Amino acid sequence: MATVIVVTSGKGGVGKTTTSASFAAGLAQRGYRTVVIDFDVGLRNLDLIMGCERRVVYDFVNIINGEANLNQALIRDKRVENLHILPASQTRDKEALTREGVERVLNELRQNFEYIVCDSPAGIERGALMALYFADEALVVTNPEVSSVRDSDRILGILASRSRRAEQGENPVKEHLVLARYAPERADRGDMLSVEDVLEILGIPLLGVIPESPAVLQSSNAGVPVILEEDSDAGAAYSDLVDRFLGKNLPHRFITAQKKGFLKRLFGGG
Amino acid sequence: MGLFENFFRGSSNKSAALAKERLQIIVAHERGSGRRGSPDYLPALKKELLEVVRKYVPVDPSQIKVHLDREGGYEVLELNITLPDEEPRSRRSSESSQKPGQS
Ligand SMILES: Nc1ncnc2c1ncn2[C@@H]1O[C@H](COP(=O)(O)OP(=O)(O)OP(=O)(O)O)[C@@H](O)[C@H]1O
Ligand SMILES: [Mg+2]
Repeated sequence: MATVIVVTSGKGGVGKTTTSASFAAGLAQRGYRTVVIDFDVGLRNLDLIMGCERRVVYDFVNIINGEANLNQALIRDKRVENLHILPASQTRDKEALTREGVERVLNELRQNFEYIVCDSPAGIERGALMALYFADEALVVTNPEVSSVRDSDRILGILASRSRRAEQGENPVKEHLVLARYAPERADRGDMLSVEDVLEILGIPLLGVIPESPAVLQSSNAGVPVILEEDSDAGAAYSDLVDRFLGKNLPHRFITAQKKGFLKRLFGGG
Repeated sequence: MGLFENFFRGSSNKSAALAKERLQIIVAHERGSGRRGSPDYLPALKKELLEVVRKYVPVDPSQIKVHLDREGGYEVLELNITLPDEEPRSRRSSESSQKPGQS
């Protein structure tokens, strides 16, 4: 039975696509047949982050409209076995995503994949609503910053009231917090919301903390999901996140500052 | 954060604490009209209920209150319609359906 996971946030630019790419690649690396779908119709980006932009022929909207079949549109990742990408259309708008169309495509994907990862566009409009509607689980990507936290709370409300699971009265969508672009030194200094602050406000389980890292930009320049950069801090954080998602109990790394301050050294805190 | 660090750092860097406090307030407020408080369909439900009731009783739109509460595993939908009696009284919907006011 396939699991549909939406990567969502409300606010734009917080790291949904970065997370979708690494999360999907991580699941596939661990042997699960995985497909990642770009729901950002009109602003396709996942193909660039995954490094397959030159291999896009057909897209999600083509499939919905019956202009191509899934086998023609799915792009097989060249580095990671079991990983496929379904790109968004660059020329259409989000109105092209009909609920029936999306459902049909997801049902077809369920036959062949174990995990279906949906990279949501920002906002709470049609594209974002379509991306989350069929979800079984949700990765809510949040930055430690007021507007992002507020928007995440809003998205949690929408997951709880407007997803298919909510509408059908089934078990609710399982929620996971992904705290991205975290800078422990700044949180320690008290000028950035801490992991605990965000957890206290949103009240959902923490799946992973991704540090603010230059590796993310570097890997996006190269079109490689950062999880494949195993020596990078962000890559390692995504790796842990995937393992936790699959049930491993791992401690959170990258939540305390690297260099200990004078007093911490003195008193051994940390 | 340790007591000592706080002491040495002084109170100049409290912006995260302020952010947290503001967020707690706004999020609690917004949940009242969205998450966990009342779902998105409540306004529409309220409007339709009002239309039905007004077929029989000339109630004022402001005199209908719909409220959803979650207690443990239960959800309680509370509907309060004040009928236009001589002395308007607030009653539960079950009572009001038994004894409609003048129409
Ligand atoms: N952990 C991180 N460290 C540093 N930069 C990051 C991190 N995560 C994301 N970024 C950067 O933030 C920017 C936005 O990331 P991304 O495209 O993944 O966000 P998004 O939520 O998908 O945006 P949109 O809402 O526009 O779809 C990119 O430039 C990316 O490189
Ligand atoms: Mg994106």
